[in-house]
Amino acid sequence: MSIQVQNVSKRFGGFVALDDVSLEVPDGSLLSLLGPSGSGKTTLLRIIAGLEVADQGRILHGTEDITDHAACDRQVGFVFQHYALFRHMTVAENVGYGLRVRGRPKSRIAERVRELLALVRLEGLDDRYPSQLSGGQRQRVALARALAAEPRVLLLDEPFGALDANVRHELREWLRRLHEEIHVTSIFVTHDQEEAFEVADRVVVMNNARIEQVGTPDEVYDQPASPFVYHFLGKVNKFAGRIVRGRFRVGATELALPSGTQLPEASVATAYVRPHEVKLQSDQPGSAGLGAVVRHVNSAGPVVHVSLERSDDGSPFLALLTKEECRGLTLRPSSLVYAFLKNARIFPEEAG
Amino acid sequence: MASVNRQVLPGFSLSLGYTIFYLSLLVLLPIAACFLKAATLSRSNFVSAVWTERARAAYALTFGAAFAAAAINLVLGLLLAWVLVRYEFPGRGLANALVDLPLALPTAVGGLVYASLYVPKGWLGQYLVPLGFHGAYSKTAIVLVLVFVGLPFVVRTVQPVLEDLEAETEEAAASLGSSRWQAFRLVLLPHLYPAMITGFALAFARGIGEYGSVVFVSGNMPYKTEIAPILIVARLEEFAYSEATAIAVVLLVISFSTLVLVNLLERWSLRHEH
Repeated sequence: MSIQVQNVSKRFGGFVALDDVSLEVPDGSLLSLLGPSGSGKTTLLRIIAGLEVADQGRILHGTEDITDHAACDRQVGFVFQHYALFRHMTVAENVGYGLRVRGRPKSRIAERVRELLALVRLEGLDDRYPSQLSGGQRQRVALARALAAEPRVLLLDEPFGALDANVRHELREWLRRLHEEIHVTSIFVTHDQEEAFEVADRVVVMNNARIEQVGTPDEVYDQPASPFVYHFLGKVNKFAGRIVRGRFRVGATELALPSGTQLPEASVATAYVRPHEVKLQSDQPGSAGLGAVVRHVNSAGPVVHVSLERSDDGSPFLALLTKEECRGLTLRPSSLVYAFLKNARIFPEEAG
Repeated sequence: MASVNRQVLPGFSLSLGYTIFYLSLLVLLPIAACFLKAATLSRSNFVSAVWTERARAAYALTFGAAFAAAAINLVLGLLLAWVLVRYEFPGRGLANALVDLPLALPTAVGGLVYASLYVPKGWLGQYLVPLGFHGAYSKTAIVLVLVFVGLPFVVRTVQPVLEDLEAETEEAAASLGSSRWQAFRLVLLPHLYPAMITGFALAFARGIGEYGSVVFVSGNMPYKTEIAPILIVARLEEFAYSEATAIAVVLLVISFSTLVLVNLLERWSLRHEH
């Protein structure tokens, strides 16, 4: 079932948690809400679940408006960061709870519980209590419980946040595979970009109560829509410059403005370039590179990290090169090189 | 050879010795004295002391009234704890403090006030007695005053458990499709069982031992409104010390068995905690 969020706003006292947020989640997709803490991602998830009431805006399941439905009538499965299992119930009773409150016959419940415990690979643990399980097992019970009543949507709030790194990795992959198997529309909240990229097929980057960008992991990483997205998703170099004759001038270098970028003549702007998109050369064939001095080279590992300093204003930046690219370059502290910036995106100064 | 201390926490023997000494001095010794004194009676004298019709009526009343009061307190206490934990309202701090008052107030004062309120000419009695509700000098009066003295126990045992209960547990229940009532009955209440049982047991035990307030409200009529502790005092006034302790021993044994039973029940309700 697809979900539509239309112009939702939410305040907690004086704090704006969501500011006119709209989002469409296609049927069967696995979408990740990614953002720093306080960006509103959990609030959005809880509003979709009906655990929180929006001040304004509407929520639709398919074409049905469910804005005014209580949480218990929304047919969503919700998975909490800290599992929220019912401590006094066995694993089987936990998983069967959603069917029990809907008055399904016992034999049907038992059958479904067996099915789900097989799905989450917890066969044979039916009679355990949550306190007898590991964190990873508990979260899988919580997932099975959320799926038992065949929800139209599965919502996960930092589902792996409380687990240690190994288990987290394992469960991520497993969630991905599970989604391929059952194809229920799923949204999960995370502040970990690696997790979002690994699991989700669409990523929604949130900041300050707003959505910054929606796209596939590739899109949001390679074509960030804002300086925030650049900073939030990995490392980025900033080059301050000025718009001259419709081109971006930084030091002696000129960069063409990416198509669609409209900036007034002579305005101050900043170019954002990922470290792996900085190319280095020892000499300057024709076109003007950005003169820089090598400060430090770290070649341990698959890529070479080169810390540099601009010759003109001394501001630092970073380049990531393959070992291949380093051949033929003299990269020693204080040697002079020329930097060429690929795929730069240029934003007005005040936006940074 | 140097002795090696294998215990992480120091002072085990000291604290154990202290515990045993204290328990012996304060609890075991008086109880043992009670048993020894009762043992001076011959078997048949013991039976005739503790198993008269009047004594049986007193036992039944003591345990019956204490049980009824504890049961009422279980419901009222749960409600009160719920309101104190879940809702913000002006005067909540005051209400919270009032709960403990029955513990601090001399129970005789409580008994006197209840009696004066519910007598036929009292503030409440003038309206209630014509309706057939006898809140003074009756069995009802005993239950009423035991509810008063036992009130803090259920509230104070349930309250912290309610406070610790994560909101997420209830949210999970809601998102799984349960109504408010289902969530309360199937999720919330089972979490509270152990605390409720403890609170019930404390209120019940308090009710069995209560003397000061009951003596003022019950009227102390043999066979009708005379509780066992009052019967003991009556025997003492007749200088029948051994007979008095014999009744005390019966009370002790029944109370202790009840508490053991409650403990087992509590352990069963905690079977999921490991």
